[in-house]
Amino acid sequence: MSTMRDDIRRGLSDIWPAAVAAAPIGLLFGAVAASKGLSPLEVFLMSAMVFAGGAQFAAVELWATPAPVAALVFSTLLINARHILMGASLAPKLQGFSRWQKFLGLYYMADENWALAEKRARTHSLTPAYWFAMVVPFVAGWLVNSTLGATIGAVLGDPKRLGADFAFTALFIALVAAFWKGRVTFWTVAAAGIASAVTYRLAGPPWHVAAGALCGLLAAWLAAGSEARAQAVAIEEAEA
Amino acid sequence: MSVDPVNFLAFLGMAIVTYVTRVAGLALAGRLNLSPRAQAAFDAIPPAVLVAVIAPSALATGWAETAAAAIAALAATRLPLLAVVAVGVVAVVAFRAVM
Repeated sequence: MSTMRDDIRRGLSDIWPAAVAAAPIGLLFGAVAASKGLSPLEVFLMSAMVFAGGAQFAAVELWATPAPVAALVFSTLLINARHILMGASLAPKLQGFSRWQKFLGLYYMADENWALAEKRARTHSLTPAYWFAMVVPFVAGWLVNSTLGATIGAVLGDPKRLGADFAFTALFIALVAAFWKGRVTFWTVAAAGIASAVTYRLAGPPWHVAAGALCGLLAAWLAAGSEARAQAVAIEEAEA
Repeated sequence: MSVDPVNFLAFLGMAIVTYVTRVAGLALAGRLNLSPRAQAAFDAIPPAVLVAVIAPSALATGWAETAAAAIAALAATRLPLLAVVAVGVVAVVAFRAVM
């Protein structure tokens, strides 16, 4: 039986490498957001209210004046839909949490602290002390770094001069590599990229996000189906 | 320092849909049974959305951006996140200078 103090210490020691890795990403996010005209206070608010790195980068890429609210909300929903499955997997492991601890704690569930909590739950019961010891410094780091990035970014001026406007294109390419699962991902990426670029040329923003994403999902569904059939045929042939 | 009301509305909308995705799992736990195909489509959501967002910048802006995106994609097969960003940014600055 671990004490509350042990759980807090364990949570802090588990989260710090992820928090360090996220620091430059937060700075970069703030700087790019500032280049789209968001003030440091607005960057702080978005980070505190939404707290979802991928969705926030996508939002800033789509940002215009006035803000295209429907497109921003739709893109955020699509990118964060993965949380539904993450939460469904984590929920049965939150038995030690009161109702309000669940609803408060899940507000700041991100890929990193979710993955660490799942790992912890394999060997220990998951406690609120462990969860909040991970979440508080992780969220604080994201808020400080993104706001700081926005403050510095506003001073640096035109990001295109330094190639910084291309930074999140490159970041997203790196993130896609992290989600890579072979052939199905290849068809997803090819279909999403072509459909998005063509829609962008023909219909203009923000339709390219929905068109590209939906074509990517359709491609994944089709590619996964043919894979399942290929496996079934292989099994039948092996058995025959 | 100011907060534009339309921007705030966007933050609020983004925050609400994000929170819904985070707590929806509490209601779904143990009841979600996706077919393998549906699971594959669900798993494909992050890369599909990420690519859909950057495709105009990577494919429909100019040759310098497309070439830099190709180099970043190559770098992404071996290098960590921040190194890929650095390679992509340096490549786009170099290509813009010569193209």
